[in-house]
Amino acid sequence: MAENEGLVVKVDHVSGGYRTEGMLWKRGAYQEVLHDVDFYVREGEIMGLVGESGTGKSTLARMLLGMVKPEKGQIIHYTKRPQIVFQDPYSSLNPAYSVEWSLEEPLRIFGKYDAAERKRRVRDMLERVELPSECLSAKPSELSGGQRQRVSIAAALIRRPRFIIADEPVSALDVTIQAQILQLLKDLQKDLNLSYLFISHDLNVVYQLCDRVLVMKKGRIVEQGDVETVYDHPQEEYTKQLLAAAQ
Amino acid sequence: MKEKIRQKCNGYLVAGILIAGVILAWIIIGHFYTPYDPTKMSRAKLQGPSAAHLFGTDKFGRDIFSRVMQGSGTTLMISLATILIGSGFGTLIGAVTGYFGGIVDEILMRLNDALTAFPSILLALVIISILGPGKYNVIVALGIVFIPSYARVMRTAFASQREINYITSARLMGASSFRILFVHMLPNTFRVLLPALTIGFNNAVLAEASMSFLGIGVMPPDVSMGYMLSEAQGMFRSAPWYAISVGSIIALLVFGVSLIGEGLQHLEKEKGVA
Repeated sequence: MAENEGLVVKVDHVSGGYRTEGMLWKRGAYQEVLHDVDFYVREGEIMGLVGESGTGKSTLARMLLGMVKPEKGQIIHYTKRPQIVFQDPYSSLNPAYSVEWSLEEPLRIFGKYDAAERKRRVRDMLERVELPSECLSAKPSELSGGQRQRVSIAAALIRRPRFIIADEPVSALDVTIQAQILQLLKDLQKDLNLSYLFISHDLNVVYQLCDRVLVMKKGRIVEQGDVETVYDHPQEEYTKQLLAAAQ
Repeated sequence: MKEKIRQKCNGYLVAGILIAGVILAWIIIGHFYTPYDPTKMSRAKLQGPSAAHLFGTDKFGRDIFSRVMQGSGTTLMISLATILIGSGFGTLIGAVTGYFGGIVDEILMRLNDALTAFPSILLALVIISILGPGKYNVIVALGIVFIPSYARVMRTAFASQREINYITSARLMGASSFRILFVHMLPNTFRVLLPALTIGFNNAVLAEASMSFLGIGVMPPDVSMGYMLSEAQGMFRSAPWYAISVGSIIALLVFGVSLIGEGLQHLEKEKGVA
């Protein structure tokens, strides 16, 4: 299929949501969150996803990760399973273990590399996220928010996925650290030829980083296109409002 | 490094470790060496504390210091084994119910509630009346009695981590449920498990003492704190030092271990603030 060449993921008219917990044998009530979501992400592309909180951005992320199953439509992955970078760097690393352990764990679970190769990959990835090797023995509680987010990014990348979902990865950080982490994400994307789905409510950040953007409202994609086109010539009233609010 | 050690030390912990440590060391030494043979009778009956007999002698002329030193070992062994069984099975049940939830959770936790509904001594009494007395049966009975409280505490500790991002990440990486439960989650439950272990240890010491005191616990020739207490009760008028010395040792041990538990909880609070 020539038209699907160079894609990392295709989301094909997907609807879905959650079921409330049922009683023993009875299924819970179904609450649809996403309605007819349709888009694709190309190789080496940074796709932005903007919208107010509660519109289903994180549900879409969970669906792409396979944690929520679509009710209708389908999601086709053309590469390895995507990995996620979370918003909150304080809860994304296991507090009981050192940085080295947390970085090595995905490789241990994968089970294809011996100890020496795992250590080599951990060190390589630590260098890529620009952390000193002293960090390896540190517990997450001994690191700053920015350092933790770098470790989280390294942990997501250690198995070399091609597609990363970043769910508000800089929202919990202060402004100077935000800029550094964004630069790091950009550099990594270029070096490793990654694709991102970059979820954010900060339209300025999306403008800086992304190639294309999806605008989401109440579980629907109301507008999508190149960042410049959407920002300069918004078609939808909702996009105009969002942009006006971000000025 | 020095700073780190100072942070970890607080008054409770230091005092607790000192008190409990001395008693424990004394009990452990008693397993190998006692000044007199604890079961050997002599002519020196019903003597008050003296240099030769620190805690005095009982009506058979046995040295109470030696008896307590050795008999406490049985209590210690029973208590440790009890919390090992209780926390071991409690952790397993807590892990499964807390992480998976659903029907398994419902069934196991209702069974758990049913066990909790009995007063613990009564439940132990029922089990003992089925198994018969003796120190190993006391361990089994108390172990079963102790499972529900650990199961409940551990269930919360596991359930609270279920939706945290580092667990979600591990799941996405393809970690098995077993690995998530016992490698990723278990170490983060220690901060609730450790204080619960110290409280449980104390309860086990007291439970063993009350059961043996009532005559449904340890049987001769084994000697335990509770057994000695019931023995001491019979000669409370003629040899009050017997009951006092056994009682003090129990009180000190329980007090020391409570202090350790208190200290551990303070440690966690300080960590939480930082």
